[in-house]
Amino acid sequence: MEVKQNYIPAFDENELKQVQLHISKYPKPMAAVMPVLWMIQDKYGWISIEAMKYTGDLLGLPYDHVLGVATFYTMYFKKPMGKHHLQVCTNVSCMLRGGYEIYNHISDKLGIKNKEVTADGMFSIEEVECLGSCATAPMLQVNNREFYENLTTQSIDKLIDDLRKTV
Amino acid sequence: MEKIILKDIPNLDNIDVYISNSGYSALKKVLTSLKPEEVTEEVKKSGLRGRGGACFYTGVKWTFMPKGNDKPKFLCCNGDESEPGSFKDREIFEKNPHQFIEGALIAAYAMGIGKIYVYIRGEYWKWINIMEECVADAYKKGFIGKNILGSDFSVDMYVHKGAGAYICGEESSLMNSLEGKRGYPRVKPPFPASFGVWGNPTTINNIETLANVPEIINKGAEWFSKIGNPKHPGTLLFGVSGHVNKPGVYELPTGTPLMTIINDYCGGVTNGKQIKMVIPGGSSMPPLTREEAEKALMDNENLREFNTFIGTAGIIVMNEDTDIVDVIRRISKFYYHESCGQCTPCREGTGWMLKVLDRICKGEGKKNDIDLLVSVAENIEGNTICALGDAAAWPVKWTIKKFRNEFEKKIKDDKSKLPVLNKVHGLRKSEEYNLIDEDELTVTKNLFGKVQENINNPDVKRFSS
Repeated sequence: MEVKQNYIPAFDENELKQVQLHISKYPKPMAAVMPVLWMIQDKYGWISIEAMKYTGDLLGLPYDHVLGVATFYTMYFKKPMGKHHLQVCTNVSCMLRGGYEIYNHISDKLGIKNKEVTADGMFSIEEVECLGSCATAPMLQVNNREFYENLTTQSIDKLIDDLRKTV
Repeated sequence: MEKIILKDIPNLDNIDVYISNSGYSALKKVLTSLKPEEVTEEVKKSGLRGRGGACFYTGVKWTFMPKGNDKPKFLCCNGDESEPGSFKDREIFEKNPHQFIEGALIAAYAMGIGKIYVYIRGEYWKWINIMEECVADAYKKGFIGKNILGSDFSVDMYVHKGAGAYICGEESSLMNSLEGKRGYPRVKPPFPASFGVWGNPTTINNIETLANVPEIINKGAEWFSKIGNPKHPGTLLFGVSGHVNKPGVYELPTGTPLMTIINDYCGGVTNGKQIKMVIPGGSSMPPLTREEAEKALMDNENLREFNTFIGTAGIIVMNEDTDIVDVIRRISKFYYHESCGQCTPCREGTGWMLKVLDRICKGEGKKNDIDLLVSVAENIEGNTICALGDAAAWPVKWTIKKFRNEFEKKIKDDKSKLPVLNKVHGLRKSEEYNLIDEDELTVTKNLFGKVQENINNPDVKRFSS
């Protein structure tokens, strides 16, 4: 995931078409706010205040409404996260099978706590709620996307090394 | 055992494979030979009940939709699936997505609906992509779109991606989220069938519920109603996790004994240990003790005997070494995190319960904390707009009822100190006040005495003078 620390939000022509496509799916443009926020996050890695204003302008919504939506949903990042954002599930099913050991191992290894970013900007960690992968616990998700399941401390070490290598 | 949804056919997610296994034949049958009312009647007769937790009769729900086309009507398919311990819809998206799409189309036909939204939780990135492809494939083959299969029935289907809010699995919250608002649940009535998304008639069904529909149409309501417990017929996708050897999703008839699922399908408890506690239907459902688990039959009617419900059929098994209090603390943390903040009892109460459970787990618990927890839980339950309040209160309340000794073991303090809240609000009976220990009474008396002294002392400066 590309993370831009500072950015001026702007969509190109194709992306604006995509926005129109999202608007056309719903009876009212307000409903496109979640898909558009997803587009912003996919492009810049997080959602800044300027990006919320930009979204509001695109959809004809007041900025405070977009702020309200963006802050309600936990998957929208309101500050830049690491290039590889590790979301570790520690909810019941994962906890019973060692979710906290995995979380603490990563936290100690990278020297960061919940929602903190490493100094080089490569990794961040978050303790998240159930991700619907209870049979393959413990597990984590990277950048709101790929699931890594049936984790052990060894497989975590390998995963972190592998992620470090990807540019 | 015959399976309705998770059939043993490889690559069913491919539309051609699905069609060659008599896929979309129910849709053809419905469009060519059945009237909408007849479809609803068939589903009603089958006794199909919602798989999202409330177990409401699906056919009856469909009849709530107004007839005629004064307003556009909507169908929302609930794939938010965020209940801890529940991971069944994900299996449907992966193994048999077209059967769900077909079911949704049949439901839309039965209720005269023109737009279907499939709301899938944002964390299911992989499965959202699968569903988007499947919907596009169905459009290409002419199963979705205008004049489906040459009939005058037209419908559109869209996949909507959530962004990580458990509350959006609640139907009215899902509608607000779909409209592009914060996912706050709405007060009911008005019910979605009269005032749903954008003020239009709306029906919300669970993914698994809709996936059952094509087979009911193909094989008949009578066939379906004979599977499992007649009061709660069909199969359930049991998602088993926790301390078992082979966790996973198992499709079995309703009424299957819990121990059969754990021992025969999941290979028993890990390391041959004993069971201590089982949560039968996702984290919000009251738990079962070992004795109860040995007798429990897994359907909504039979589980009532143990004061619990089938929920989403997400079974979490815990062995004898499990720290029950810590488990409940983690569950409470979840509800504290996910409370939307709209109703005070839930927003504040979940935080209070977590704080008290935290201090019990740290070994700083007070003797009255257990009663305090029950008191807070009972003041949340039933006093909130949506069921999240109940979902937060039940595990705490019922675990204390069934496993009180586990909590007592963790509390070393033996003095009976009544929580301030109870004293102030008089939630207790008067004779219980006698339980306040002497030390505390003296402290209170001294305190009041000091205040009195200060009031009478003219040398003490007061703001009023």
